[in-house]
This record gives sequence, C-alpha cells and structure tokens, in this order.
Amino acid sequence: MKTARVSETAAHGGLGAEIRSLVASNIRDYAMYIALVVIFVTFTIATQGLFVSSRNLINLVNQTGYVAVLAIGMTLILIIKHIDLSVGFVAGFLGAVGAILMMKGWNVWLVIPTVLLCGIVVGVYQGFLVTRIKVPAFVTTLAGMFIFRGLLSWVTAGTGTIIVRDRTFLQLSNGYIPDLPWGEGLSFHLLTLLLGLVMVAAVIFTQIKQRQDLKRYNFATTSPVIFVAKLVFFSLVIMAVTWIMATYRGLPWTAVIVAVVLVIYNFILTKTRFGRHIYAIGGNAEAAELSGIKVKQVTFLVFASMGLMSALAGILYTSRLASATPTAGLGFEMDAIASSYIGGVSVGGGVGRVTNTIVGALVIMSLTNGMNLLGVDISFQYVVKGIIFVLAVAFDVTTRSKAKA
Amino acid sequence: MSDFILEMKSITKEFPGVKALDDVSFQVRRGEIHCLVGENGAGKSTLMKILSGVYPFGTFDGSIVINGQPQQFRHVSDSERQGIAIIYQELALFPELPIYENLFVGHEIMKGRIINWNETKVRAKEILKRVGLDLDPATKIKDLGVGHRQLVEIAKALSQDVKILILDEPTAALNEADSENLLNLLQELKSQGVTCILISHKLKEIVAVADTITVLRDGRVVTSLNAKERKVTEQEIIKHMVGREIENIYPKREQVNIGDVLFEIKDWTVVDRAANREILHDVNMQVRRGEIVGVAGLMGSGRTELALSIFGNAPGYDITKGEMYLEGKAVKFKHPADAIQSGVAYVTEDRKGNGLVLIQDVKFNISLPALEKLMHGLVVNEHEEITMAEEYRRSFDIRTPSVKTKVENLSGGNQQKASVAKWLFAEPNLIILDEPTRGIDIGAKYEIYTLMNQLVSQGMSIIMISSELLEVLGMSDRIYIMSEGTITGELDAQEATEEKIMALATKTTEGVMA
Repeated sequence: MKTARVSETAAHGGLGAEIRSLVASNIRDYAMYIALVVIFVTFTIATQGLFVSSRNLINLVNQTGYVAVLAIGMTLILIIKHIDLSVGFVAGFLGAVGAILMMKGWNVWLVIPTVLLCGIVVGVYQGFLVTRIKVPAFVTTLAGMFIFRGLLSWVTAGTGTIIVRDRTFLQLSNGYIPDLPWGEGLSFHLLTLLLGLVMVAAVIFTQIKQRQDLKRYNFATTSPVIFVAKLVFFSLVIMAVTWIMATYRGLPWTAVIVAVVLVIYNFILTKTRFGRHIYAIGGNAEAAELSGIKVKQVTFLVFASMGLMSALAGILYTSRLASATPTAGLGFEMDAIASSYIGGVSVGGGVGRVTNTIVGALVIMSLTNGMNLLGVDISFQYVVKGIIFVLAVAFDVTTRSKAKA
Repeated sequence: MSDFILEMKSITKEFPGVKALDDVSFQVRRGEIHCLVGENGAGKSTLMKILSGVYPFGTFDGSIVINGQPQQFRHVSDSERQGIAIIYQELALFPELPIYENLFVGHEIMKGRIINWNETKVRAKEILKRVGLDLDPATKIKDLGVGHRQLVEIAKALSQDVKILILDEPTAALNEADSENLLNLLQELKSQGVTCILISHKLKEIVAVADTITVLRDGRVVTSLNAKERKVTEQEIIKHMVGREIENIYPKREQVNIGDVLFEIKDWTVVDRAANREILHDVNMQVRRGEIVGVAGLMGSGRTELALSIFGNAPGYDITKGEMYLEGKAVKFKHPADAIQSGVAYVTEDRKGNGLVLIQDVKFNISLPALEKLMHGLVVNEHEEITMAEEYRRSFDIRTPSVKTKVENLSGGNQQKASVAKWLFAEPNLIILDEPTRGIDIGAKYEIYTLMNQLVSQGMSIIMISSELLEVLGMSDRIYIMSEGTITGELDAQEATEEKIMALATKTTEGVMA
C-alpha cells in the first residue's frame, strides 16, 4: 500500500526525485525506523556490543511480547478516538488470577482460556459503560485502573508474590519452539531457519502481488530499482534476525504468539468489514453512523478485544516473571499507548496500523532494555520514555498539519 | 451630526469562488428599527459580521462610518467600543452561571482588583427591569426559557451602553407570546434612543415594527423601503426577495413517469427531548415512484430534522406519534442501518461534517454503506471495490487523480458527486437529498440535476430538501412547504411560484413551538 502514496510527479523526475518524494510522503514511518536504528546503534556502542548479543535480543523479544499485544489492542481503541488507561492493572490482576488458579491445582489448559474469558468480561464491562451509559472512556478506564489495582493487591494480600511452577505456563514467555527431528546435531535451529525462509518468501510474494494489482488498475508504483532494493533490504533484516535466533536456541514462543495476534488483527483491520467500520468511525463517527454503521456496537467490541489482549498480556507477563506480584502491570498502559503513537496512530483518530504499532513497541522496549543494561536509574527511565512519547506525538501533529496545508 | 448613525459604503466581500457581498451600501438612521431581509445566502449575516468586526478591516472593500467617523474594526471588541452589540441566533450565554454574572461577563464591575458582586447584583436588577424581566438576578440561565434567555441577551447588550443593537433572527426559536414580547421591547428601546437592526424571516413581524426595510439578494441591495412614509406589504417584500431573472439551469426530464405511492408518513410528530418541545408536528407526506418531491422552507423550519427522523437517526428526538409506510407496509427504522436495508438513503446537508470520511479515499467512502455487496466470506474484495469505484468515477465524472485519492483533496462539487455515488451504490428506492447543491458551482449543480433526472427516470424516488427556491421550482414535481415544524402547504410544480412558496414558508402557525 505504501507505494500508492508516491505522487505521480515522482515518476518523471528520476530516482533522486522519487526517493525525495517517498521520504516526504512516508516521513512518519521512516522516522520510526530511523529512531529504532539510532537506539540500536547507540546502545550497542554504549554497552560494547552486549545490546546486540543473541542472548539480549531474545530477551528483548520476550520483554516486548506483553507490551506488543497490549499495544495492538490499544491501536484499535485509539483509532476510534477512545483510550484505555486500565490495561496495565487489568493485565496484572488477571495474571494473578491465573497464578492463583494454578496454585489451586487447575490444569494450565483450563486456566488460560478462563483468564482470557475474564479479560473479555472486563472489556465488556468497560465497553458497556462507555457505549450504553456514555461515561467517557477516560473516566471509565481511569476508574478501572483503580479498581483492578485494588483487586490485584487484594488477591495478593495474603500470599504476597505468588510463584508459578507450571512448566507449560512458564514456556510461554521463556521457552522456544521445538526443532525438527532432522535438526539434531546441527549448529543452528533448523525449524527457525526454515520459518525465516518461509517468511521471506511470503513477503516477496505478497509485495509482488500487490505491485501487480497496482499496475493492473494503473495506480502509481515505485520504480523497479526502489522496489527491488526494498525487497532485498526487508529480506536481509528478516534473515539476520532469524540467524541470530537460530544460532541461539530458536524461535521463542512469545514471538509466535505475538505473530499470530498480529496476523489476526492485521487481517481484521485491513481486510474485513469490521476493520473498515473501525477506520470509518475514527475518521468521522457521525458520517459512519449515517452510513449505517452501528457505532456503539463496534466500540463495544473494540473494548471487549482490549480486555482480551489485556488478559493475554497478563498471562505473558506472569509467565515471564514466573510469578504474580502485587505491582504487576504498573505503567503498562503508558508503554502500550506510547507504542501505538510512535507506530503512527494519529491523535486525531482514524489512522493507524498494527504492523507499525509492533515497531513502535520495539522502540519503547529497546529503550527500556538498553537503559536497564546500562544500569540507568528507573526514575530517569520514566523521564526518557515520557520525553520520547511526547516527541513522537508532537512530530505526528506537526507532520500532519503540514500535509494538510 | 449626520442623520445616519451608521453608513456602510460600497462593501464588497469575496470568499474563494464566491462574491458574498457586491458593492453593498447600507444606511441606518438614528433611533430607527431597520429590518434586513433576504433569502438564505443573500449576504445578511456576512454584512453583519463585517459590521461587528468578525471579518476584520482589510478583509473586505468599502468603508464603515459611524456618526460621521470612518471606522476600522480589527476585532469584535473594536465595534463593541463604538456601542455596537450583536445578538446571534445561537445565544452566547453560560447556562451554569447566574444572570448577573452573564450580564457582566468580560466587563466585570471592579472594586480595585476584585469583582464587586454587590454592585453587580444591584445593576443587574436595574437592567433586567429595563427589558421587562422581573427575575431574581441569581437565577441560573439554564433554568430560563428560550424567550427569557433572549431578553437576558438584550439586557447584556444594554449593560454596555449599546447604541446599535443587531438581532439575528431573534424570534426564530420563540413562540408567539414571547415573540410579541420581544418586539414590544424593541419598540420600547427605540423610544429610549437605541437603534436596532433586525434580521428576520418572519415578514409579519417586519411589517409590524420596521421603519426601514432593506432587501438583499445575491449579495446586492435590491431596494430600501421606507415603511414610515407608507405601508409596505408582505407581498411587496417577497417580490423583492425573489424577483430575479430565471436562468435556465434546470435540465428538462425526457419523460416523466410517475407511478404509485412508494413512501408515506402520517401525522409524523417528533419531540426534542432535551428542550422538551415539538420540532415536527403532524407532518403528512407522500412520495410516488419516479417522483422528485421538493421540500422548501426557511432555516430552522424542521426540514433536516424531518429527514433525520425518517432515516432512523434522531439523536435526542422522540417520535411520539405517526406512522411510516414503505411500499404500503408500515416500517420503523431504529438505526440508519435499518433504513438502508429497506432501500432508503440520505445524502446529508453537511457533506464535510457528517457525510464523508474526509481522511479516507474515494473508494472507501463510496463502498461504506453497502460493504456487504463486496464481501467474499470475511474479506472485502478490493478488486471489485476498485472496479465499482472506477465505474462511478467515469459515469458521474468525479474529477479525482484516482479512486485512492483522499476525499479531502477533492473540490466541493466532486465531493458531492462522491456522496451521491456512495448512496447509489446502496441501491436505494428512495433517496433524500438535503441541500444537494449547497456550496458548489453552477457547472457541478447542472451535473447533479442531470443525475437526479436520470435516477427518477429509472424509477427511483427523490425527496429534495432545499433552501434555494429556484432549485425547488426547477426540479420538483411536487413541493411541500414547511414552517415551524409543520407542513404549511403542498403545491404542484405547475401552480407553484416563488411568491407562493415564500408566503407559505413565512407563515406562522399557532402554538406549535410552545
């Protein structure tokens, strides 16, 4: 789709002009990637290479997991111009619920669906308040933040931190996918490498198909040089990441879970009628209503989905820490909202993509990870993250108003 | 001192593409009630905005002279300093604050650096008496009726020692008794030496109170009538308001093929829940297959409310009485989705505000109301969507670089074509067009009219709401005229004239707005 945004004039101005026009029309996306590169280079130098070690990168992936699923849910909420401040403590509380159920001897395969269901119930409750009673989302979820924070300390009051020992549950945020039988004795993880190759093939295939479609309907496309350069670049990045994982212990389960969630949400937003309705509501809720879209119903479902994602984040976080703590979830909402905005969700609503939100989450979590490695004081970390967040939104607002003028 | 308190000389004001005022000269005598009349869009409000400094000096040509002194208003406060106060249709009061605070907001009575509340309350009481209100100044605005609020607005102007009081449709939302009360007050203020400029659509009131009547049409002064020397009749004003040459911009339909009744509403009565007042009263209307039915009426006569209540989108309204029939069957629409399902479409009057999703592209907007036609399983088929949108682009001549261009980058006329295309994709039997040609140029208008003719000749029915009388006359087979939430008349295209429509549209009925 990006190619469609290239203006027609670029086609006649040679490669230099085309690149300039590409940069001008996609400055938001590029800025996000540049920020990511700058963060990586800075921390690599500052930590003398420790930051890009296989061990730390895998660590980064596992850390990003719970924020990424929250941010995906949050992207939908922000597109329809609402907000959810409760996600952090909802995740913390539901993680604790899962830990307690397992402590009571429930089977893990019963615990996970139960917790996810509880998440949907929470989302339904908040969605009901927002759409039916018309309590503003800000108030509803601010109240939710208090309620679930309270519930979390209440359920952990007797026991303090609840340790989780179930091995399957712990695998979710600490384990790796098993290898194929033929991979034994190799110096790398065969299945991971194969999955990486499949992904490269998939990217090349869909990009070529998209380009053909654009040509078929005479829409503007990028020149072949740029197109191939882009494909080569993306393939190299994917293969580099794959190689790092394959030579370590393989693909983490967290990455698989996030990938599945991402594919589903991306499909919903870009391909289905429900996705169209979400963008229409964010773009102009009144026009959407008058076009026959049931705005309340869609809003309600988006909140329910946010509840589900909060529950999943709670599971991932609890699994990662191997315990439920009384302060789990503190500040998650900030990371999730920041990821979405850094990923290009517009403050004005109606614009945003979950694929970019993931990169936004990576930006935020690389910062956290890198600063932790450097031993930066936690108080100062908040300041840095806050500044990056507000800069991202300021950048968004200024580039958008320029585009309009 | 000059005989005129105010002279506006050769005022010309242009907006992109439109000359809103063209060499307008407007003179007001000291201590008179001067009425300004004209159709919607004639330039009355623009003229008053120039006078009050909303459009600052330098953004228009011409000059403003007050008491013989040329003025350069750069801001509203400049005109206020010269004793000009303007009271708009939408009142500018703070509902949660008491009357006395509202009266002096922005001009607080000070004692040193703090507000002197005692003095404020005493002065408030005096000023309220001047407008004939015997109320406790501590009453909150939200506890007052519309009529009293209007008087508080005037009191607020009086507190500033106003010399020229401008009222923009002050009685539009008032019932008979409150209106009369207000007009009496204007006479009273006149005797106290306050000059009034009154903008109104209610001709009955105008002939009752005016000393001078200035008629604007298409941004020019048509005439200025002296009502003190001789009696001016309503008919005379109407003639001046509408009497322009009819240009032939309405394409003729090749064949008129009107069938049986498709749509009907009976005794349709709608109440605005918040204001607890009837906005539509016993409306009866019929639309036949292949017919264009015009709905004429002035702003605020309830036309858009009628369309929205039919379409199932009536935020804050209750349909308290009446039935709706489609193809002879009684129907009820709880949501626009139901209306669309039953083959009713509504093209809104405000395409930017609630018609289109501006930040999305042309194809997104066209496919929105009928996405199910493009569904393959769970997926919206983008190939079919592009093909469909391209077809509308060609057949309606929507001028856009591509169907993937954002709608906000299209011109007004092309946006309007896109909004119509959007609804035709939903394949309606009845399409309600609310001000279909507002703010678009003559060429695009002609294209919209041609399109309407095509649609009805295919058997579709159209309800066209419009403030432009010529458009209503030129396009409709039958015309309903609304005033104050009721149908005041129904005319056949052959018998209808602008004068007849205007007379019905300015007719005041008893009790409806009470």
